[in-house]
Amino acid sequence: MVELKITNLSASVDGKKILKGVDLTVKGGEIHALMGPNGAGKSTLGNVLVGHPDYKIEGGSIVLDNIDLTNKTPEERARAGLFLAFQSPIAIPGVKISSFLRTAYKQLHPEDKTNVTQFFDNVKKHLKKVGLDESFLSRSVNDGFSGGERKRFEILQMAILRPKIVILDEIDSGLDVDALKLVADEIIEYASSEVGFLIVTHYQRILKNIDPNFVHVLVNGKIAKEGDKNLALQIEEKGYDWIRS
Amino acid sequence: MEVQIENKEEEIERLLDGLKNSKSSDWEFRDTYNPIYSTGKGLNKAVVEEISEIKKEPDWMRRFRLKALEVFQSKPMPNWGPDLSGIDWENTNYYNKPDERKANNWEDVPDQIKQTFEKLGIPEMEQKYLAGSVAQYESEGVYHSLKKVWEDKGVVFMDLDSAVKNHPDLVKEYFCKAVPMTDNKFAALNGAVWSGGSFLYVPKGVHIDMPLQTYFRMNNESTGQFEHTIVVGDEGSSVHYIEGCTAPRWDKDSLHSAIVEIYAHKNSNVRYTSVQNWSKSVYNMPTKRAWVDENAKMEWVGGSLGSKVTMIYPSSYLRGPHATTSNLNISLAGPGTVKDTGAKAIHMAPYTSSKIIAKSISIEDGKAIYRGLLRMNKGAVNSRSRVQCDALLINDESQSYTYPHDEIYEPSGTFSHEATVGKIGTEELTYLRSRGLSEDEASSMIVLGFLDDVMREIPMEFAIEMNRLVKLEMGKLGAVG
Ligand SMILES: Nc1ncnc2c1ncn2[C@@H]1O[C@H](COP(=O)(O)OP(=O)(O)OP(=O)(O)O)[C@@H](O)[C@H]1O
Ligand SMILES: [Mg+2]
Repeated sequence: MVELKITNLSASVDGKKILKGVDLTVKGGEIHALMGPNGAGKSTLGNVLVGHPDYKIEGGSIVLDNIDLTNKTPEERARAGLFLAFQSPIAIPGVKISSFLRTAYKQLHPEDKTNVTQFFDNVKKHLKKVGLDESFLSRSVNDGFSGGERKRFEILQMAILRPKIVILDEIDSGLDVDALKLVADEIIEYASSEVGFLIVTHYQRILKNIDPNFVHVLVNGKIAKEGDKNLALQIEEKGYDWIRS
Repeated sequence: MEVQIENKEEEIERLLDGLKNSKSSDWEFRDTYNPIYSTGKGLNKAVVEEISEIKKEPDWMRRFRLKALEVFQSKPMPNWGPDLSGIDWENTNYYNKPDERKANNWEDVPDQIKQTFEKLGIPEMEQKYLAGSVAQYESEGVYHSLKKVWEDKGVVFMDLDSAVKNHPDLVKEYFCKAVPMTDNKFAALNGAVWSGGSFLYVPKGVHIDMPLQTYFRMNNESTGQFEHTIVVGDEGSSVHYIEGCTAPRWDKDSLHSAIVEIYAHKNSNVRYTSVQNWSKSVYNMPTKRAWVDENAKMEWVGGSLGSKVTMIYPSSYLRGPHATTSNLNISLAGPGTVKDTGAKAIHMAPYTSSKIIAKSISIEDGKAIYRGLLRMNKGAVNSRSRVQCDALLINDESQSYTYPHDEIYEPSGTFSHEATVGKIGTEELTYLRSRGLSEDEASSMIVLGFLDDVMREIPMEFAIEMNRLVKLEMGKLGAVG
């Protein structure tokens, strides 16, 4: 049973406290949406979950399937099944996508004996699904990618690396209408009872396609409101002021 | 195209898997091999005479050596650049002859030496990738072979000592023309005690489609290796020559001081690749120079890893109109090492062009220096040059310096310099680690990415080797930052 349990999590960056006691549980088969005003701490939560060294955990815990990840390295978290699609994925010049994907896959699924050819056949299948050309395989990670291409590539990584808990930080920002559809389809195809999703977004439009089970609103480092998908609709209409106060 | 990507990935993966457990002991191992002849420690006229005597050389060579010895003794040490005070002239052994035989066949190489080269994977490489191969152990070539097709076309490839005997006129035409032994103290030293190295001659119009390689192995401590290599691409020919070298690790320092001369005649295309992986007790001070004639193309590709101090500045003299040269170099300055490397491009004719890309990586207190010379003589009209130096500093105490030197006497010449210095960023590391890569893997991947534009030019077997060496160096570090 997949379960990510975040308990009373507080964290700071640069000495500034950003997360102030976040409680959130994501189980396999569930789709959670996380919304909230700019600067509320949504990306910070993603970075803290992934173990970014610039973000310091001040208290609380992160537990995935009974393994305490709170003090674990980013790679240990990834190997435990955690995946973050970054809000602004960084370019890494010279690091080829093909070898990056293959190396990462082998780390995350050491037991899998899929050979290289089968592996890249699968990669190509998913490249097509997210609307990226095969030539991307020989390009460098995010290097010279357009905003939309970066997002598509993050989703591709999700599909290839097959994590248990998927955190998508504004995967819908910067995508054109068609791309949004492709990305949503890829998410839906990947969703199963074995995978839990936390989708950070500002917009209703991706949630229309994906249909979250829960919506959480983060304000000033704390979950200020929770509800079902109707909450997302209310926010789209009314903004955040009514929650803030 | 598709198929290519797959095959290459597959091949690389296969090769890397084979190397997974590799350690530096894979090449730092020591043989207990005693040379059959050695001049003992120290250098004087008698030693030089002795070397010439053992080699049964023609008289012109003997006189040349003695002259070079005088020049060596009269020249001062370079007073710029790295500290060379650790070179112990008195306690160095200048000539070690491993064996009487020079084999054309691995079976005939003395067992122990053969095993060494087998451990280093040389015979296997030869079978798969090479048109010809020379292997040198200590001071002498012990093995050489050349595929028959090339021999039939008049290609000559053997150790220089054998070439002096078998092709004296050809050797005389080129020996120390591009690099006169008076060039610098180390070139003069090489002139006095040179032994081994390769001689490669590619006749007019012959295109050799597979590389030819020489592999140099130093074994004993406190020895010097002083090979002299000459590569001649006659008019309209093309050739790729590769050098590899290793030495075991000793407590006492060893000296490697080679001469490499390359002659790219009119319309020829010569590529010289060297991957030098000396262990950390070696002073590596070769002099490498190419003469590039009209419309010829000379490419230097170099990977310099290991060693204690390295000073290499491969030079291209662009002597004819439209001659071009490129110089791609990777220097890895590991802990406690100094890499003083660079390139020289001398534009002596109109419409010549040069491109220099130097990439360095400094680890811990490693120090990487780029030292370059760009000269455009008056009359070298419309010549172009581009120099790019990129440095990557791994740790806070890592160092990098750039000393470009320009002498532009031709107003129509154009040139550009770019230099960057970077560190491995937390964001990049975190991104890769969040995909399951360990910190070491992530940092070596970033380092290899930084090297990518040069790595692409290196033949795959060597790219794999570089890949492995970079990973080894990075793996030794533990925490990066
Ligand atoms: N590395 C950092 N250094 C300094 N401040 C940071 C850093 N990361 C986040 N912050 C600060 O923390 C606060 C929360 O930022 P965060 O990126 O988590 O917000 P967000 O909820 O994702 O906002 P948005 O909707 O705009 O993406 C902001 O004030 C931001 O400036
Ligand atoms: Mg954000």
